[in-house]
Amino acid sequence: MHLPNAEQLLADLTGRIRPEISSNTALVGIHTGGVWLAERLHQNLELTLPLGTLDVSFYRDDFGQIGLHPQVKPSDIPFEVEGNHIILVDDVLYTGRTIRAAINELFDYGRPASIRLATLIDRGGREMPIAAQYVGATLTLPANKMLALERNNDGKLSLSLYDKSPLGQ
Amino acid sequence: MNNNPQLNKNGELQHLLTTEGLPASILLNILDTAESFVGVTERDIKKVPLLRGKSIFNLFFEPSTRTRTTFEIAAKRLSADVVNLNIAASSQSKGETLLDTVDNLSAMHADMFIVRHSQSGAAHLIARHVRPEIHVINAGDGRHAHPTQALLDMFTIRHYKHDFHNLRVAIVGDILHSRVARSQIHALTTLGVPEVRVIAPKTLLPTKVERLGVHVYHDMAQGLKDVDVLLMLRLQNERMLGARLPSAEEYFKYYGLTQEKLALARHDAIVLHPGPMNRGIEIDSAVADGKQSVILPQVTFGIAVRMAVMSILAGN
Repeated sequence: MHLPNAEQLLADLTGRIRPEISSNTALVGIHTGGVWLAERLHQNLELTLPLGTLDVSFYRDDFGQIGLHPQVKPSDIPFEVEGNHIILVDDVLYTGRTIRAAINELFDYGRPASIRLATLIDRGGREMPIAAQYVGATLTLPANKMLALERNNDGKLSLSLYDKSPLGQ
Repeated sequence: MNNNPQLNKNGELQHLLTTEGLPASILLNILDTAESFVGVTERDIKKVPLLRGKSIFNLFFEPSTRTRTTFEIAAKRLSADVVNLNIAASSQSKGETLLDTVDNLSAMHADMFIVRHSQSGAAHLIARHVRPEIHVINAGDGRHAHPTQALLDMFTIRHYKHDFHNLRVAIVGDILHSRVARSQIHALTTLGVPEVRVIAPKTLLPTKVERLGVHVYHDMAQGLKDVDVLLMLRLQNERMLGARLPSAEEYFKYYGLTQEKLALARHDAIVLHPGPMNRGIEIDSAVADGKQSVILPQVTFGIAVRMAVMSILAGN
């Protein structure tokens, strides 16, 4: 199937977020695709607060089923969460469970003034009452397909579609 | 496929009993996961919900305030419920056997046992006995093994030296009675350290220790030459049953780590010690508090490493 151009979606997303940022807006990318996206957005938007990254492995709701993810990366929030306006960034919004985990983790750093959500692709299929405020594109995909953001050697982003492995990852 | 009682049928870590026989991939996975927990322990809210609702029992058949406390803190930072049992002072003195104690606690729906015992093999015995959904961590058994101490030492070494493949590491002191030394040696060789030395008087070395793949030295001046990492051991006064040493003063004179002896190692060598230290016996205060000492960072990293071990086990 035809997938949208990730670089074009990133440009659109930048344009949509730009009018709503202020000196106390911070971006937080969710590993791994969300961090790539957040790095580019952070650069495009020239934010004063440094970029944050989250690995939500310690907050996931499927630890009891699948255990700990083998390649956990450190979370890094190099600014005060307390009182700042945070935009969470993820590549693909699907069930909403990752975002639930990310919100919980953020609150262990402090009480933000607000949290918004930016995503390159909203593929529907929500299992949580979660919505994105900034969306690159909306796609309807079969449940057995996994949509992933990829980054090539010169840093360009693209989207790929895979068959889901039986384990659901 | 495997006869290792620490691994489940998928080759994943089921219990942590010893560093011996564990593949480098499992050791490195523990160290990598611990890196992510270091950040958690530096936040205002030093807690993640990973083990919420799990019951962890600290079974200490031998007194140890420090190790028990670090496991307790690690478990609490994972949101587990922790129960501390100092069994020396309780049911065993009433005649209950080890396995009866474990069965009783299993009936209270324990998820994990952390075991410290003066008898080598106690944690193995418990691991073989419990139901498959229960995990066991060896927190020190006799002279045999103390795997989480060795892992936090490996974490500390990697933190400061970045790579294991170009290091000379010396373990200094009472190798004979030390479960820490055994676990360190297995971990260091598995992780690819090319030269592991042990430095001790003959009376404090096990026979045929070189079979573990270490180089043996009896003299600090020779043994410390060009060393990158010094792993000091505690002189175990409580285990000194025979007259293995003339006196603590004489031990300090020949094997105590002073600034002068440390100067024989590489200029950027780091000094580790598992604690508690005997200042003025195996280590001089000037070294323990000096700029090459990483003894207090070891303690901090120890929490993150124990959080990593517990969460990996609980997820397997």
